[in-house]
Amino acid sequence: MHPSANQPELTQADIDVEIAERSAAETDAAAGGALPSHPRRDYRPYRSTTLRHPTHELVRADPEEIELVSPAFGHTDVAPEEADMTIQHAGEPLGERIIVTGRILDGDGRPVRNQLVEIWQANASGRYVHKRDQHPAPLDPNFTGVGRIVTGDDGSYRLTTIKPGPYPWKNHRNAWRPAHIHFSFFGTAFTQRLITQMYFPGDPLFGLDPIYQSIVDPAARERLVAGYDHDVSVPEWATGYRWDVVLTGPSSTWMEPEDADHA
Amino acid sequence: MPEQTDQPEHAQPEYLQTPSQTVGPFFGYALPYAGGPDVRAPWQPDAVRLHGTVLDGAGDPMPDAFVEIWGADASGQPSTELGSFDRDQHGFAGFGRSAADRAGHYSFTTIKPGAMREGSAPYLLVAVFGRGILQHLFTRAYFGDEPEANAADPLLGRIDEGRRDTLIAVPDAERSYRFDIVLQGEGETVFLDYGTEI
Repeated sequence: MHPSANQPELTQADIDVEIAERSAAETDAAAGGALPSHPRRDYRPYRSTTLRHPTHELVRADPEEIELVSPAFGHTDVAPEEADMTIQHAGEPLGERIIVTGRILDGDGRPVRNQLVEIWQANASGRYVHKRDQHPAPLDPNFTGVGRIVTGDDGSYRLTTIKPGPYPWKNHRNAWRPAHIHFSFFGTAFTQRLITQMYFPGDPLFGLDPIYQSIVDPAARERLVAGYDHDVSVPEWATGYRWDVVLTGPSSTWMEPEDADHA
Repeated sequence: MPEQTDQPEHAQPEYLQTPSQTVGPFFGYALPYAGGPDVRAPWQPDAVRLHGTVLDGAGDPMPDAFVEIWGADASGQPSTELGSFDRDQHGFAGFGRSAADRAGHYSFTTIKPGAMREGSAPYLLVAVFGRGILQHLFTRAYFGDEPEANAADPLLGRIDEGRRDTLIAVPDAERSYRFDIVLQGEGETVFLDYGTEI
């Protein structure tokens, strides 16, 4: 069956209207104040949020010791070769070889050292190795699209991969995700845990994508877009991108005020 | 609003939070790992089970969700043992990850942690991720067989009585606790903000 059968009725134009209306409402509500960095969990243009966001306000909790530290990852957890997603099979994957590098920092600019970074992505054709990915684009026998890195003492990571393709999804008719790489991070405190997506500069799909637009602050959205960095590019080998990540939140040195629980 | 006087320029660069995005549906080859749900090997005498179903606002299970737990040891100390990911079968590193199965069910074996503070009840920190969840959700699993400690716990004490039970893992068998996670609607789990809702 050709995939254009069995498509939702909702059009891109419908979604565009919803995105624009929500953006205007958020800007009005902020009244010149700051918009949040994180996406809205109840972002209707992304239909899967409808039944998957809490309706009650979150309850503010004082972090206890377990929330102020993170799991201790060691050299046995991750092999250095896992930072290169192009060498996991007998042959070279198809596509545009790239290097993505940057630093993981906390809200004070301090490096997040020796912490686990997990990475996954579609191949150059926009296809994931996953049984539920039905996009009729070719799988690449030389690309699984999974990597892991433990950050260095300066909080840095360096990934070699191929540039993923955009891919269709069924949020609405003719919906396409901008090309992206999924990243999972651990901070120095577990409350800094972050899973997100890194995008590529100038993607024409940004304005059309409800997942990207769920971050209602335009400046915050741009923090997910890597920059092309010619100093990262390697001659005759790969183009380079730089993407730094900031994990704010209570750090391991955070001290609870006395009697905070009874305030 | 009166006109603001000029603010001094920041002498330091500002480090602004990187926004969250959904984990999406296709993390299956990347995030689940061998031994992920076995924070404590099931054959260890102190192993307990924590399990439950992740449910959406229609009451349907979420087979594409996954759950992480992070808990202290029996004395209430966070583990600093290296190898949280590639753990051996004898130690205890405190961190676990369990992908929901086709019925939306997750399951861990771990140890029951000790209380971390005088006057606080023991709990496991729980994080929930999934397609349609744009920013993961934190909650805590307290233990139903600790009624006195739970009654005195400062966080539980601040939560509406009608919703408090959503934070209690219920003993359902010997050395086993059930902790369903309801994202929305009737019985909606209490989710927590650690000052990270920015």
